[in-house]
Amino acid sequence: MTTPILTLTIDGKEVSGLAGETILQVARENGFFIPTLCWLDGLTSAGSCRLCMVEIKGSAALHPACITLIQEGMAVTTSSERLLRYRRAIIELLFSERNHVCAVCVVNGHCELQTLAQQLGIDHISFPGLYPDLPVDASHPRFVIDHNRCILCTRCVRVCGEIEGAHTWDVKNRGVRSQIVADFDTPWGDSTTCTGCGKCVHVCPTGALFEKGKSVAEMFKKPLGLPYLKAIRDLGV
Amino acid sequence: MPREKIDRITAEHRWFLDQFNYHILVCAGLGCPGNDDILRALGQTVRNRQLTDEVLIRKVGCMGLCSAGPLVLIRPGDLMYQKVQPEDAEEIIASLGKKPVERLLLSPDLAFFTRQHKNVLRLSGRIDPESLPDYLVAGGYQALLQALFAMQPTDILRCIQESGLRGRGGAGYPTGLKWSTVARAQGSPKYLICNADEGDPGAFMDRSLLESTPYAILEGMTVAAYAVGASEGFIYVRAEYPLAVQRLKRAIRDAEQNNLLGHSICGSNLNFRVQIRLGAGAFVCGEETALIRSIEGRRGLPRPRPPYPAEKGLRGRPTLINNVETYANIPSVITNGPEWWARLGTDKSRGTKVFALTGTIRNTGLIEVPMGMPLREIVYDIGGGLPGGHALKAVQTGGPSGGCIPAALLDTPVTYESLNELGSIMGSGGMIVIDDSASMVDIVTYFMAFCRDESCGKCTPCRVGTAQIHNLLTKFQNRKATMADLEMLEWLCDLVRNTSLCGLGQSAPNPVLSALRFFRQEFLDCILTDQNHEEVRP
Amino acid sequence: MPADTQQKPVDRRWQRIIQTMLRHNNQSDALIETLHTVQETYGYLDPAVLAAVADRLGIPPARVFGVATFYNHFSLKPKGDHTLVICTGTACHVRGNDQILAWVKEQYHLTPGQTSADNRLSLVEARCVGACALAPVILCDGVLTGKKGYKETTAIIEEWLGHAS
Repeated sequence: MTTPILTLTIDGKEVSGLAGETILQVARENGFFIPTLCWLDGLTSAGSCRLCMVEIKGSAALHPACITLIQEGMAVTTSSERLLRYRRAIIELLFSERNHVCAVCVVNGHCELQTLAQQLGIDHISFPGLYPDLPVDASHPRFVIDHNRCILCTRCVRVCGEIEGAHTWDVKNRGVRSQIVADFDTPWGDSTTCTGCGKCVHVCPTGALFEKGKSVAEMFKKPLGLPYLKAIRDLGV
Repeated sequence: MPREKIDRITAEHRWFLDQFNYHILVCAGLGCPGNDDILRALGQTVRNRQLTDEVLIRKVGCMGLCSAGPLVLIRPGDLMYQKVQPEDAEEIIASLGKKPVERLLLSPDLAFFTRQHKNVLRLSGRIDPESLPDYLVAGGYQALLQALFAMQPTDILRCIQESGLRGRGGAGYPTGLKWSTVARAQGSPKYLICNADEGDPGAFMDRSLLESTPYAILEGMTVAAYAVGASEGFIYVRAEYPLAVQRLKRAIRDAEQNNLLGHSICGSNLNFRVQIRLGAGAFVCGEETALIRSIEGRRGLPRPRPPYPAEKGLRGRPTLINNVETYANIPSVITNGPEWWARLGTDKSRGTKVFALTGTIRNTGLIEVPMGMPLREIVYDIGGGLPGGHALKAVQTGGPSGGCIPAALLDTPVTYESLNELGSIMGSGGMIVIDDSASMVDIVTYFMAFCRDESCGKCTPCRVGTAQIHNLLTKFQNRKATMADLEMLEWLCDLVRNTSLCGLGQSAPNPVLSALRFFRQEFLDCILTDQNHEEVRP
Repeated sequence: MPADTQQKPVDRRWQRIIQTMLRHNNQSDALIETLHTVQETYGYLDPAVLAAVADRLGIPPARVFGVATFYNHFSLKPKGDHTLVICTGTACHVRGNDQILAWVKEQYHLTPGQTSADNRLSLVEARCVGACALAPVILCDGVLTGKKGYKETTAIIEEWLGHAS
C-alpha cells in the first residue's frame, strides 16, 4: 500500500506531502522557515520549546509544527505578526531564564539560540534576568556541562537515550528549577553509564555542553549525522 | 449465581440493620477530626447501659457540613448533632427515644441541607464506607446489574450521551462522546483510568467521595468498562489522602471477593480489574497525558495532543479517563434513566455538581446543587453568608486555573458556560469565598507561585513565563510596580496562555487575567506614581 | 553519590521493596509505586536503595533520579523526629496559614522541606490536605488541627513541641 499524498497550503502556497509527515517536514521541504530549538532530525519530537508554533485555519489554538501531522486541505500560516511576536518573546524568555552572555561563550557565533535571536531581530531582552547561580561540571575528562547556558531542550537526554542507548542524562526537579542531571546527580566524570561518545555535546544547541580546551567562540557543533546513525542502528548493523 | 448472592447479602444485612431500634451514625471523614474518640465513647456508653441489642453505632462518610463537625446523626428521626465531643456520649445515649439534646441539635430546616439536591452525595454520610453490604442495602450495584443483564454496551453509550453528562474534572467535555470514542477506538486491551489526583488547592470533593462512597466510584467505573470494552482500570489517587486510599483498597478487595470486580463479573462475560496508583504530589498529573506518564512510572510530563488518550493513552492503547465525580454520577444515570438525570440543571450544563465551599463563609463544607443555581444562593442561603460582619468581595472558582466572580456578578448561575464567559472555569468544584479584607493582588500572587512551582518545566512559556509573572506580581505586592510592569504582565499572560503545551500553562494566567478584569484598580493602586516609566516593547 | 548497584541492602525493609517490585513483575512502570514503598519503609529515598531499585527494574539511574525529584511527596533526605505539616491550600492561605508559616520559619529557623540541625523537627508545606472546610489546617505528626486562629495555632505548635519527645 502506498502512502497517500496530501495537499495543503502553507502561507498561501499549495504544497503536498505524505500522510504521516509533520507540518515542519513539509514546510522545510518547501523552503519555508520555521524556527526550532528542541526539535532535531533523528530524535523524537518533544514539542516543548514552542518556537515552531503555527496557525491552522479553523483552529483558534496554535499548533507545534514539529508534531502536528499534515491533513488534506489544511491551511497553515507559519509567519504571521502574532506568531513572530510570540517567537521573539519565547526566545527572550530563554535568554532571561539563565545566564546567556554570548560574548564570553564557547559557541559564540555558532549557537542556535543566538542565531535564532538574530534571525528574529531581537536586539534586547525585555524580561528581567532570573539568573540562578548554577554549577559548571568539568569532571569529565573531555567535556564540560555548564548549566547556566542550558535551555532544557532535552536534545542531550534524547540523543543519549534514543541513539547512544546509555541514558546517562535526564532532568531533575521540575518547573523553573529543572536541571539536566547525570545518573544519580553524579559528577559527569564519575558517571557509570556515560560512554564518552560526545553525541550530547554535538546536539546541544547552545554552549551548555562543550569540549574541553575550547575558548570563546571556538566550539563548533556537528549534529547532522543523527538520521544516519539512527538508520544504521535500526538496521542492526 | 452471583446475582442471587448479592440479593442474599442484601437481605441478610437489611435484616441485621432492622434489628436495632436506633442507629447512631458518626462522621468518620478527614473533615471531622476526633471522631475515633466519639465512636469509642458512644460504644462504651452503649455497652455500659447494656443497649448493644438496641443501638447500632456506625461510622459513616462525610455529612457535608464540616464547619459544624464532628457530626452525629441519630436514626430514626434524622436528628443531627453538631460539634459533638466524647463527653456528650452519655447525654446522647440517654436521650434516645426521649427529648433530643437541644444544645447539640442542628435544625433540619437549615438551608444548608434543604437547598441542596443530593445525587452523588446521596449516600455520603448515610452508609459505612467500608461496608459493601451497606452499599447494597442502599441500592448499590443495581446499576451494574441492570447494565450487565438488561443493556448492551451501545445502550449504555446512548444513555450517557442522552443524559448530557459532562466531565466533572474541570473542562466539561461530554462524557458520552468520550466513551463512544474509546469504544470505537482500535486496539486492545483498553484501559480505564479514574482521575483522583485532586490537585486544586481548596477542593476536596474527590477526597470526600472516595472516603464516603468508594463502591459507587467502583460501580461507575465497572459500568464504564463494560460500555467501552476496557479490561483493566487504574485509580490514580493522591498519596496525600491516606484515608481515601485505605478505604478504596478495602472496597476493591471486597468487590473482588464478591465477584463485583475481577473475572466474569456477576456471571457475565465482563472481566475488569482495578488497581490503585498513588500520585506523589504533582498538580500537573491532573492533566491526562501527564497522569498517564505517571502511571507508567515516569516524570509527569504532558505531551501534545492529538493523539488523545481515547485513541492512544496508557501504554499506547485506547484509554478512558474520567474524574471521580463523573464516575460517581454513572450509577444514578443508569438506574434513573437519562431523562430523569437530564431534567436537573440547565440545558447545556445538566445534572448536579458537588462543590467544596470554603473561605470566609459561615457554613464550610461539601455541597451538591443543581447546575444553574446562582452563586448568591450558594453563598448566602446554603453557605449562610459571611461571618463576622465581613462583606463579600469575590468567589473564586477553579483554583489556580480559574478566576474570581466579583460580588456584583453574584447572580451568575453556576454553569460551565456562564463561568467561562466571566473568565473563570467550573474546575473540579472548589469554591472559595473571599471577603473584603483580602487583597486580590495577594491572592493571584499566591496562585501564580503555585503554578510556577507545579509547572513541570517541559515547555518554555510555562516554565519561564510563570516565574516571570510571579516576579512581576511580587513587585505589585511590594507596591514597586510601574505602568510598564502592568503592560508586561498582560503581555506575558497572553503569551503563556496561548503558547503553553498543556492545560496547566494555558490556564495559569486565568486568575491574573480575571483579577485584572474585575479588580484592576487594586493593581493600579500598587503602581509607583513618581517614577519614570521605562518603555517596554515586548 | 556514585551508584554502587552491586551492594544491595539486605534487610527486612528491602524485602518489602522487593515485594512491591515483584507485584508489578519488576516492570519499569513499577518505579513510582516502588519509590512510595521506599519512602514508607525508610522514611526517605536512600541513595543506595534507589540504586538497587534502578538496577532491579532495569531503569537508567538518571531516570530514577528524575522521577524521584519530580514529585513533591518524595524526599531524598531523612525526616526529623517530628514533622509539622502546614497546609498552604487556597482556603488555608486566605484563612491565615501564610502568617503561621512565617511564624514557624522565624521561630524555628526552618524553611519548608528543611529539618532542624538537631534533627528534631521537619517542616513540610503541603499543597492541600483536602480538609479545606477546617482551614487553616496544620498537622502535628499527622494529627490534624484546624479552625484555629493565629494565636491558638502557634500555641498548639509550641505546646506540641514542648511535650513531644
